[in-house]
This record gives sequence, C-alpha cells and structure tokens, in this order.
Amino acid sequence: MENMGKRVHVITGHFGSGKTEFSVNYVMDLKKELEKVAILDMDIANPYFRSRERQEKLEKLGIAIHFNTYGYDISEDLPAITATVRAPLENYDYETVVDVGGNDSGARILLQFKKYFVKDDSEMLAVINANRPDTDTVEKCINEVESIEEETGIKMDALINNTHMLRETTPEDIIKGFELGEKVKAIKGVPVKFSTCETKYVEALCEAAKKKGYEPVVLEGAGHDPEAAKNGGVEFADLGKDGKMYIYPITLQMRPSWLDVQF
Amino acid sequence: MAEKKLMKGNEAFAVAAIAAGCRYYFGYPITPQNEVPEYMARELRAAGGHFIQAESELASISFIYGAAAAGARCMTSSSSIGIALMQEGIGSCIICELPCVIINVMRGGPGIGSIQPAQADYTMVTKGGMNGDAHNIVYAPSTIQEAVDMIYKAFDVADDYRNPVIICVDGMIGQMMEPVVVPEFKPVLEEKDIEKVKPWALCGHKNKRDRNKINSVWLDHTELEVAINERIWPKYERAMKELPEWESKNLEGAEAVFVAYGSTARIAVEAMELLEEEGIKIGLIRPKTLWPFPDAAFDEIDKETTKVVISVELSMGQMLQDIKLALEGRYPTALINRVGGMLLTPNEIVERTKAVLGGMK
Repeated sequence: MENMGKRVHVITGHFGSGKTEFSVNYVMDLKKELEKVAILDMDIANPYFRSRERQEKLEKLGIAIHFNTYGYDISEDLPAITATVRAPLENYDYETVVDVGGNDSGARILLQFKKYFVKDDSEMLAVINANRPDTDTVEKCINEVESIEEETGIKMDALINNTHMLRETTPEDIIKGFELGEKVKAIKGVPVKFSTCETKYVEALCEAAKKKGYEPVVLEGAGHDPEAAKNGGVEFADLGKDGKMYIYPITLQMRPSWLDVQF
Repeated sequence: MAEKKLMKGNEAFAVAAIAAGCRYYFGYPITPQNEVPEYMARELRAAGGHFIQAESELASISFIYGAAAAGARCMTSSSSIGIALMQEGIGSCIICELPCVIINVMRGGPGIGSIQPAQADYTMVTKGGMNGDAHNIVYAPSTIQEAVDMIYKAFDVADDYRNPVIICVDGMIGQMMEPVVVPEFKPVLEEKDIEKVKPWALCGHKNKRDRNKINSVWLDHTELEVAINERIWPKYERAMKELPEWESKNLEGAEAVFVAYGSTARIAVEAMELLEEEGIKIGLIRPKTLWPFPDAAFDEIDKETTKVVISVELSMGQMLQDIKLALEGRYPTALINRVGGMLLTPNEIVERTKAVLGGMK
C-alpha cells in the first residue's frame, strides 16, 4: 500500500485555532494524490467560517463533503449532522478529513463515531495557535489537549502548529508555536507533526528556523505521494517525532480578502 | 504596551468590557454572539465580578436596570431579535438615566430571521424600538480592535451621559478573528466610592442624606415633560455636538462617495480599490457613530466632482434615510445593499456602482 499515513484525520482544537483552514487545505492536497477523498464538516458549535462554505469549490475538485441533511449550507444552528458522514468512514477506499467544532464541547460529537477512530487507521490531531489567548502557554495547551481527550476518550496523536497573526504573521510567530509544541511534547509526549505556513512566508521561515538552530523540512503536499513522503527519510505518519521542524505550506481558503483591508 | 493576541470578535468584546471595569454581566444565549456570555461566565467571577444567565432578554435588561441603578458598571449583549425584546427595559433605562452598555451582534431579521450577518437593526437602535422620546448612543466599529476601543470608552460615555450606549456590529465582526491589543485594566469602582462618583445611585443613604429616587412613572405628567425637556434632551443636544465620529477616505476628486459602516465598510474599501484600478475614483465616509449620525462628514464631499452618494449597507436603505437628512438635497443618492444575512462582495459592489454611475450619464 502506498498509504504512508493514516486513512482518517481528525482535526480538533480550540475554537479559532484554524482547524477549518487547515482541514480544507489538507483535503485539497490529499485530492491531488488520491482518487477518493472526503471532508466531514462536524462543526456544530460555530455558525460561521465552516468548511461547508467551500462546498462548491471542494465538490468541483471531486472532494466529497458531508455536513447536514440538506446537502447545502442553510442558516441554522441546530446541533445536527447528516447520517451520510458515515459513508466515507466505512468505505476503506476513502481518505477522510474530519473537521470538528472547537474545544472539548465541539469534539463531543466524535463520541458517536468512535468506532471508526481506531489506532492503526486514524490519527487525532489538535491544532494550536500560540497567539490565541487560550493556547498561549504550555499549561493551557496541555489543558486543551487533555480536555478533548477526556471528552472523547481518544488519545491525541500529534499537534498541528498553526500559529499565526493573520496579515501580521512573522516567522518568529511560527517558531514560537513550534517551541511551545516542543515543550508540550516534552511533558505530554504529543509531538508537533508539522507547522503550517502561508506559501509566501515559507522561505523566510526556513531561514529564521535555521538561525534558531532548527532543521526545517518543507513538505510537499499531504504526504501520500511516495516522493514527497520521503521528507528526509521520515514517514508522514511519524513526522515531528524526530524534533525536526516540518513545514506544511498552506494557502488561505476560508478568509475573504476584504477582511484584510486596512483603513 | 500590552501584548497582541489573536482574538475572535465576541471574546474580545467581553475582555474589553472587563478591562473597562464592567463587573456585572447579564445575558441570554443567542447566535452569533454566544462567545460573549461564554467568556463572561468563565472569566468575570475570576475578575471579581458577577455573571448571571438570565431567563430571557427581558430579564437581562431588567437586571441591567437594577445593577445600573445601584451604580455598577454593567453590560448585556444579544443579537437583533434579542435586542428587540429588551426595548421596554432600554426605554426605562433612558428615562431613569441609568448608564449601561449593550452589545448587539446583528443577524438577519425581522423576527427570528437568520443567524448570518446583517445591519438591519439600524433604525431600531438609532431611532427607537423603545417608546417615547429617546435615543441610544450607538457605536459601529469596523474592526475588532476598534470594537475593543469603543467598548472600553462606551462605559465612560454611558456614565457621562447617563444613557445606554449600544455597540452595534454585524455577525461577521463577532465571529471573525483579528490581532487585538487589550487596553489596560481600569481600576474598578469600589462600593464605598460609588456615592462620590455617582451621587444619584441607590447605594443606601445610611441616614446621612435624603433618599435617592429613581423614578420610572410620572403621576404628574407635567413633570414628565419637564424631565424630557430639561434633563433628557439637553444631553442629546450635547451628544450631537460632542460624540459624532467618522472616517473619510479619498473624498477629493471622487466621482461617487460610498457611505458604509461595520464589515460592509471593509468590503466597500476593497471595491474602491478595484474601481480605482479601472480609473473610477470613489470616496468613503465611514460613520463610527450611528447615533448621533456624523452629519458634518457630508460637508467634506468634493462638490466639483461628486455625482452621487451611495449608501452601502446590509439593510433596505435604513441608513440611506439618515444620509438624505445629512445631505439636505445637495447630492443625488443611491443604495447598494443585500439583506437577510447575505453579505455584499467587493465585485458585486463594483458592478452595481458602475450601473449607478452609468444610469447618471
């Protein structure tokens, strides 16, 4: 099997940590490498900025998306999702990204699907942003991870360092998040799988990381292309366990351009 | 200077209120502002304050009435239909001259409407909702930082004018994320000092002075007229002089002027940039206060070049009415809008602006 990672990727984390932005990027990259790819929008906590807002774009790319029973985004805040979310979880031909609502309360929804999240087949990821007030220290990050673990009964496999400050992001922000993640790893044993970085800042981040004594490795795609998966000799599933700084380039999909208008 | 954090609008609103010395929050959940009561429930007690989840918006505003009467800095928040339910209490706060801050994170209406962003509470918050001769002071921030700064200031303005102050944002600003610097935490007014700062407050006369009275019903209607003429209205006249705030941009040489507030102003600015690339120069007036409306801003419009003033809003021309009053017939007007929870896009504004200008030739 060419599959270098897990088949189901569960994306959890604090609200506003960037789970949806990461999930949409990740599923789009998966699609470039695999035929059958799905995203499950299980966010029933937040009414805005959900992956279902990109339904048209994702479906055009051939990505299956499941969210409510209507099959299109409606103006509702009912805590309900469609039964079809089980389809890609049960179909082993599908690689699936599960975009979960924020915090432990948002992750509660995972309980009813727990049987699909088995160790060899799925990975549980927590997105952290060291610039968010509720995940800006080691203690708060561990608390976030543990509260989601307690709520779901599923062990966290890795962190995604998604530290940014929107248009004001500097390489130092991303490195700060990486260092925070490394400290979490030292205490909790949960590694930083990779650090996201907008494509345009990747070069600057690599330089800044080297200056700090870290070894940056820029990932290409979502890691299922055998060439891209080499990643300095580490399998995609094991990223972050060796202390290298793996950089996952992203492009913004969720944020409308006018939000960055300066007065 | 305090550290910059990446915050969601609703969280930042709550932090700003605590920083401003608010120690009493009463609220009832409604999307898209739930993070405000959630934050208050979690953090206000730690800051030495009190959070109560009220049994309805009617209860929220009644709690506010009580807390404000006792001299406390207090706040409630809700969304559109929830604010509509509070109107009776807001009117009572106005005639009783009770300072408070109310955050309205607007969604589609009328009625329960939708949970998506809208600006259709414009008339309700600026011109009533409540009965009688009354106004709220209304701020309309366009960014989260601006909202934080306005909320921080709003408590002082409310105390100064002894009148409710409403911070009116669309759902987008409540839900989006931005870098924010939270201002310094103000010292909280201690109970023993309330009497010095708010000599009208009901905090116990202790047999040392006459009783304070907060009166919401007038058995002698001639006294009510006096109260409105001599107490309420002079404050509004002062507000109209002191409080209007706005930002203008590119008015000189502009072919048309957009008037927009909140998120819509940001969408309009991107549309302006796109139009500029096509050689069409557009100016912007961005009201930061909706009441008092910044009438003076419209005197800055370039008489030589401006053909039309366009209200860009997420309602059916509610702000356009105020623009027409401010313009006093000096320029033709037009409306570019979406409603019901739909946002405008920069490209849609570009196309509709060209249609407006094309129709004028």
